[in-house]
Amino acid sequence: MDILRIATAGSVDDGKSTLIGRLLYETNSITKDKIEALESASKRKGLDFLDLSLLTDGLIAEREQGITIDVANIYFSTPTRKYIIADTPGHVEYTRNMVTGASNAKVSLILVDARQGVVEQTARHLSIAAMLRIPKVIICVNKMDLVQYQESTFNAIKDSLSELVAQTTFEGQEISFLPISSLYGQNITQKASEMPWFNGNTLLGELEAFEYASTLAHAPARFPVQFVVRPMTEAYHDFRGYAGKISSGTFKVGDAIRVLPTGQESTIATIEKFESKLDQAIAGDSVTITLSTDVDISRGNTLVLASEENAPALKDFSAQVCWLDHTALSPGKTYLLQHGINTTKAKISQITERLDVATQTSTQGVDTLKLNEIGTIALRTAQPISADQYAANPANGAFILIDEFSNSTVGVGFVK
Amino acid sequence: MQTIQDKIGHFPRQLEDESIYILREVAAQFERPALLFSGGKDSITLVRLAQKAFFPGKIPFPLVHIDTGHNFPETIEFRDWLAKETGAKLIVRYVQDSINQGKATEESGKYASRNVLQTVTLLDTIEEFKFDACIGGARRDEEKARAKERIFSVRDDFGQWDAKRQRPELFDMLNGRIAVGENVRVFPISNWTELDVWNYIKEEKMEIPSIYYSHQRQVIERDGMLWADSEYLNKEADEIPFEATVRFRTVGDMTCTAAVASDATDIDVIIEEILSAEISERGARIDDKRSEAAMEKRKQQGYF
Repeated sequence: MDILRIATAGSVDDGKSTLIGRLLYETNSITKDKIEALESASKRKGLDFLDLSLLTDGLIAEREQGITIDVANIYFSTPTRKYIIADTPGHVEYTRNMVTGASNAKVSLILVDARQGVVEQTARHLSIAAMLRIPKVIICVNKMDLVQYQESTFNAIKDSLSELVAQTTFEGQEISFLPISSLYGQNITQKASEMPWFNGNTLLGELEAFEYASTLAHAPARFPVQFVVRPMTEAYHDFRGYAGKISSGTFKVGDAIRVLPTGQESTIATIEKFESKLDQAIAGDSVTITLSTDVDISRGNTLVLASEENAPALKDFSAQVCWLDHTALSPGKTYLLQHGINTTKAKISQITERLDVATQTSTQGVDTLKLNEIGTIALRTAQPISADQYAANPANGAFILIDEFSNSTVGVGFVK
Repeated sequence: MQTIQDKIGHFPRQLEDESIYILREVAAQFERPALLFSGGKDSITLVRLAQKAFFPGKIPFPLVHIDTGHNFPETIEFRDWLAKETGAKLIVRYVQDSINQGKATEESGKYASRNVLQTVTLLDTIEEFKFDACIGGARRDEEKARAKERIFSVRDDFGQWDAKRQRPELFDMLNGRIAVGENVRVFPISNWTELDVWNYIKEEKMEIPSIYYSHQRQVIERDGMLWADSEYLNKEADEIPFEATVRFRTVGDMTCTAAVASDATDIDVIIEEILSAEISERGARIDDKRSEAAMEKRKQQGYF
């Protein structure tokens, strides 16, 4: 059974939580006790309808303010798929939580209020979807009930967004537009009779039909070693296995491999998962690999196929970053850079440009990047990292920056 | 015709790969991790995943049980068996000791439970062994505050969770760096649902405590639910125990987990029951019903 990960995005009050509540409600994913709890909570709030957003806004502070602060992960299944939805905050203050929710998504649902049209947050969310290279973006024009279901309103929003889309789209990203009403459940799982002019699929229909090519399985093979398994028991006295999760590509028994960054070579003797031995393993598989010869390998080394191009050893490089911390990024400061499971020190030498998300234009010669800003930086690491360009191999091209003193994750970067 | 298997699908193995990755990160990033083990299906699943993650090596961290003293005897028996079977080290600490030391006070009244008191014993145990990471079997589909928690959840000196100060968690990069005194709670099966756990137990042919299957038991009826009769339950005069055919869908203390009437003696029927259930898993947990934010408040205090 496959899993489709979705992230929602939109401004405050665009109705993200309501949309998710509606999806759950119409796919019969909410049990009776939870609906009863919703009914009584809605009544307590003096509402005359079922407030589906109460399903996902789980924190006291969220219910108090009626906004989503942090990502909630919501689950539902259809006979074909398991869905994981990251319900992410729309408030600009919590953009970093939105990036958190979206980093693993294959589909981004961006909500636009039909009455408001395109706002700056819409542009921000679109650029984050582009930065993360999320394969499919569905722009849901919500609250169509409040604009008398007018086709002209929908088309006006579509036209103004299309200009922005043209500037941010990258190759392979699918973008579609969908008029909906989350409150009344129109075009969510059922076609809306009020909008006969729209002949596209419902939201659930689009999700069910979406097939994403598993590009990672065909990218060059990368296996970061997480943990060296050495039981030293009687039965496994000489066993030395390299445990990890394959980040991209395919490894087969008998393949010649190279160890990065040391360059030593060997051959795969076995690929094991618990008590079973496998012939091959692909991107996403957590396995233990043993080699035919004794090689000095420890956590943080990466195995690649000797027949393929190595991941380059990067020491001086440039990257796009999204800043996630209240304390701004300032050049000259040293951070810890975590690439996959590897950590090294890194110094930001320069901020080469800052992106204005609303206009998709760049400003050169800036000296800080503040919370939620996106820019391009030049940096130098203490130890080289075996990273690919994010565009070519997303699984091996992203990193996080950690503040050495607070230990917080302060930025996310994408190797250019 | 649609079979049950079509309806429930198969366990998505991707989830297992992700959980194993998380457990290996814990073993590599921390000096003194521990696996919080209650004997319920979720923590049993964690033990299985840990076995797989480090095979053919042994599980490189101890199993820690915070024993409230009000557990089902079947669970305790199972706990001891599993520790022996896997060769994992088992550490047990008792809520009763915290009460005797005056650190925790027993609740009174009809709904008295030791569930909240566990936090006191847990925090003391973390301090005693200087655990820097505690692995737990919480799932995000269980409860809405849990739906918000990160996989690596940093807790302060007092074990407190601050929802507003969670670290961004990007792709699968887990940042386990902490200051002295802090610890991380780790939730490797965050993205599993109740159904995923049952499908996994089924496909892996795992042993689980007998009380998950249908059996005869003395129960009382309270608030429309069936409660196991025991010396720990503060019964009122009109609450007369009777025998019923029941099983448990979730296993906590005898005082806070209700049974469901069921004839399900094998796992296929259990899965079918869950699929058609009108009540959520935690609907049988009286501790969650204390207020709308019961779980969030407990987590702020250091509950796992």
